[in-house]
Amino acid sequence: MRGNPGAHEIVAPGSLATVLDLLANAPGEWTPIAGGTELMVAHAAGRLAAPKLVSLWGIRELRFINTAVDSISIGAGTTFRDLRLDTGIAAHFPLLAKAASWIGSIANQSRATVGGNLVNGSPAADSSPALLVYDAEIELVSVRGNRRIPYSEFHTGYKRNAMAPDELLFAIHLPIRFARDRQYLRKVGTRRAMAISKVALAGTAIVEKDVIRELRLAAASLAPFPVRLYSTECALLGKTIDPSIIQFARDVLLAEAKPIDDIRSTAEYRKRVAANLLEEFLRELRSEISPK
Amino acid sequence: MSTNAKTRIVGAPVPRKEGVDKLLGRARYVDDIDREGMWPGATVRSTIPRGFIRSIGFGRRIDWSEFTIVTAADIPGKNHVQLIFADQPCLADGFVNHCDEAILLLAHPDKHKLREAVAAVHIEYEPLPPIFTIEESERQDVIVWGSDNVIKSFLLEKGDVDSAWPHAAHIVEGEYRTGAQEHLYIENNGVIAEWSEESGITVWGSLQCPYYVHRSLLAVFDLPEDKVRVIQTETGGAFGGKEDYPSTLAAHAALLALKSRHPIKMAYDRMEDLAATTKRHPSRIRHRTALDRDGKLLAMDIDIATDAGAYSTLSSTVLSRATLHSPGPYVCPNVRVRSRAWATNTVPYGAFRGFGAPQAIFAIERHMDEIASSIGINPVELRRRNFLHDGDTTATEQVMRDPVILDQLLDRALRESDYHAKRARFAVENETSAIKRGMGIAAFYHGSGFTGSGERYLNSLAGVDVTLDGKLRVLVANTEFGQGTNTILTQIAAESIGIGYDDVIMAPADTSVVPNSGPTVASRTSMVVGRLIERACLQLVSMLHEHAGLREHFTSEEFFAASERYRAAHDEVVSLVRYEAPPNVFWDDQKYRGEAYPAFAWSVQIAQVAVDTVTYSAEVEEFWAVQEVGRVLNPVLAGGQIEGGVAQGIGYALYEKVVWQNGHMANNQMTNYIMPTAEDVPPIHVFFEEIPFEYGAFGAKGIGELPHDGPAPAILNAIKDATGTSFRSIPLLPEDLFQQLAAREIVEEAAAI
Amino acid sequence: MSRSLRTLRFSVNGKDCAVQVPPMKRLLDVLREDLHLTGTKEGCGEGECGSCSVRMSGELVNSCLVPVLQAEGADIQTVEGLATNGILHPLQQAFLKCGGAQCGICTPGMLMAATQLLSINPHPSMCEIREGLAGNLCRCTGFIRIFDSVISAAAENRTTEQATHAR
Repeated sequence: MRGNPGAHEIVAPGSLATVLDLLANAPGEWTPIAGGTELMVAHAAGRLAAPKLVSLWGIRELRFINTAVDSISIGAGTTFRDLRLDTGIAAHFPLLAKAASWIGSIANQSRATVGGNLVNGSPAADSSPALLVYDAEIELVSVRGNRRIPYSEFHTGYKRNAMAPDELLFAIHLPIRFARDRQYLRKVGTRRAMAISKVALAGTAIVEKDVIRELRLAAASLAPFPVRLYSTECALLGKTIDPSIIQFARDVLLAEAKPIDDIRSTAEYRKRVAANLLEEFLRELRSEISPK
Repeated sequence: MSTNAKTRIVGAPVPRKEGVDKLLGRARYVDDIDREGMWPGATVRSTIPRGFIRSIGFGRRIDWSEFTIVTAADIPGKNHVQLIFADQPCLADGFVNHCDEAILLLAHPDKHKLREAVAAVHIEYEPLPPIFTIEESERQDVIVWGSDNVIKSFLLEKGDVDSAWPHAAHIVEGEYRTGAQEHLYIENNGVIAEWSEESGITVWGSLQCPYYVHRSLLAVFDLPEDKVRVIQTETGGAFGGKEDYPSTLAAHAALLALKSRHPIKMAYDRMEDLAATTKRHPSRIRHRTALDRDGKLLAMDIDIATDAGAYSTLSSTVLSRATLHSPGPYVCPNVRVRSRAWATNTVPYGAFRGFGAPQAIFAIERHMDEIASSIGINPVELRRRNFLHDGDTTATEQVMRDPVILDQLLDRALRESDYHAKRARFAVENETSAIKRGMGIAAFYHGSGFTGSGERYLNSLAGVDVTLDGKLRVLVANTEFGQGTNTILTQIAAESIGIGYDDVIMAPADTSVVPNSGPTVASRTSMVVGRLIERACLQLVSMLHEHAGLREHFTSEEFFAASERYRAAHDEVVSLVRYEAPPNVFWDDQKYRGEAYPAFAWSVQIAQVAVDTVTYSAEVEEFWAVQEVGRVLNPVLAGGQIEGGVAQGIGYALYEKVVWQNGHMANNQMTNYIMPTAEDVPPIHVFFEEIPFEYGAFGAKGIGELPHDGPAPAILNAIKDATGTSFRSIPLLPEDLFQQLAAREIVEEAAAI
Repeated sequence: MSRSLRTLRFSVNGKDCAVQVPPMKRLLDVLREDLHLTGTKEGCGEGECGSCSVRMSGELVNSCLVPVLQAEGADIQTVEGLATNGILHPLQQAFLKCGGAQCGICTPGMLMAATQLLSINPHPSMCEIREGLAGNLCRCTGFIRIFDSVISAAAENRTTEQATHAR
């Protein structure tokens, strides 16, 4: 344990309003900590550069899954275990339930929060590809009020996001309109469990007679942050899925993807596997009968 | 003696002797222990791989007067930790030869201030060019060890290899590589040391060999034997990683204890343990093999190179075992093995389960499959035609006097795994499936115990005594670290005398209590030490017959009563015996010829592997391990050893990679050093055959290391079977599979157009 | 506000506790150092090995990742809370019989993970057992006999249930 607990102040105001006041009064001074599955690792490594922390754990206003007629709202303090247990998520956003089951381990899932996963902003974030293909909206909150932005605009650079210093991520809103979509999510890690993603691909598509009518593709670890693959989507929209289109789509993806070499994997591997995952998805779209 | 007798305790699945405490969370590992007035200690380590230490500066914001600071200058005796050679300094003195080499030690009562202080020590170096690979070392343009970078070399010759090439129907060459592997015991290295005028040095620690540590401390502190005491604490896994390293760690803690006059605990965290302690030697092994028209071996020319790291530690004995295991379990009239351990500026490599055999067996068993495909004989048949049998000689001219049943082991493995049917099915399915499946075999032996005259040199002493509260107590320096030492030795003792399993306890592994029965390594505990306990028990019974009126057939009560009568007359009830070598074991260290090992355990392993061509990941779907081990002393423990060894071997093959950056382990965290989880291990099927070894306890031969020898070649042979592509290097990660498979895909796509 | 100690209350193995500690101290360290419950172990400090696993208010958590402030008011179960008056819990008995513990360092965390699994899913499939234990690394056993232990304990539960229903 290389961190010094005595060198950090941590408070748990217990209510959202108090937390927001804290952030407003001293912007940038307080680091929010939810389940701690990222920050406490840094703490143990002696690398937690956050003298003041405000705990979000246990704030009920942040931990909810509300299913309405046309959308589900997920509080930022919702854990991945919460997501796995929710029947609404299972029914309407199965890719998100799947992603939740891939986070770390059972012990990590009971503490890691969706908000933490997004704010931490790893390019390999497990929940991100699914959220992107589900057209998620992020709701941010501060003493100045609430605002929403498309999740696709939330990340602005490597570990940088659109939040103001006094803002907190409040909720993620998902529109219930993917019942007709074919859905795909695959994560490639170092092993079957407890694996940081080397590359992951998510997709939602509406296909009629092998023609792609709607398509959303998103990936982890192909860019400095999780991204929609707009060029690849463009190349495929309105096209009939056949071997030459699949090859073409692979080529567009290989050009669009900008992964790096790092301690876990190589850029070449990531690109190639991403293209393979795309091909796997497209082949599934062709061979299956459309869902009812 | 006892090898074929019917037994009630030996061979039974009696519960683990210390199991209850472990399950209750009551077992005390070193970090669970505090001593009054104890301070934590920390190490300042080199950040460069090679160079002079020009200055050591102490940051101004720290009040250094509160700290105990130890450098090489504080060492009372010799500044080395000697396992074989005396080349490794206890603390670097003016020069460093690897990243993370220990330079300075600090102690302070406040662990947070201690951390800050470590960061506040500024060391200025004059770097020198480092070398990091076998090839760089072989070039010998930068010399980092001795006069030529060669820490050890061997030459093993049988027959006349060079005479065989002209007559060979086939000559097949291959080069095979293995990477470093980390033990990843879940409990990191740790020790507590105390010093007092009266007792000298006392060390408690997570360790395998109390007497190795004892011997090292005598040299570092220039103390007599009775002024150093080493006590093993409950140890959370070792696998060889706590065979040599604890000597260094104990010396460090004891130096701080001596200077500070406080007990000192040095318990590494995972990052430090991964970066600074020993790992398995990487290897490069080249084979050149001559065969006749029928695929029978005519000659094997083998070149072995290991990377020893910056200091020798146990590199010579690892190299020795690699040399002796390199020709495989085959008959070959002409063999030449040239082996060398090369020094580099990486963290010194050391003992790890298998100890050179996994590297050597990876090469020969991969090579056999390469030969098979090269000459058009299937891998099963090729092995059958060349297996050792009773009466054959090995590469060291050792005659197989004990039965060798490789054929039966192979038959059983093929049958249990449904090998042939599966291969046929996979050949069809692979045509259209994105998942390619294959089956792979490895056949091998593992020499039990120390090589040649090693045991004679150890001259182990062990025995039993009877305690005042009526228990038979086993007196050995051999340690429990999960593999079952406590259980099997007390089983052997109980069986040998004829009392209950619960009547027998283990004496603490404390050098002030137990004799030196040798280290807990080399799969020697059951076979050698168990045999000593057996003999000591029989000797005790004989003493009680003769001097205490014990009748020929007796109950437990009568045994303990006789013991008390004996104690009344003799003050103590103790029976010790010394090692006796089995007859006809002669080993010539100069010529590298003779009986290399008193006994061999034999195994055939089969892996079923699936390669996903979408992700280039290979996974073991199922695994079969068939082994002949002399005698299974405890089926639950023995099965557990095989399963655990196989799981580690799977990690060695497919998951575990040490990433070096300028000589420092860059992936020194569990998030980045990848071992298989509960979701990754396949079903592992274990089958034992028993041919009792006359000179092992109740017929037992060694078992602990054997299972780690085979998985890597079996798995890569299966991958070759599945994909048609040969891989010759481990760890084999998806990125590596991708490089070769994808290159082939591009060629195939081009061909298809 | 100063970086001082806080008095925090929670219950451990059914017993109410109060500690005065820096609120950013890890729950793992509070259990081991302040409450002297050394059964819970540190293997990695990163939430990867699971040897620090405890049950906190009905959930399995890695105690090395929990700032003790967030444990305020929680019910915590550690390995020391499994046995009753020194009598092994059926799960512990199963581990003993089946060889689920070798060196024992992963065992406390493994027992907590298995307890959590069986509390939610008394009759887990092999797949569910693997998933339930995936966050607990064991370097000795290769997991096989740990699976056997959990299956054995679950079967015992089934037998007990059936016996109960039969009455």
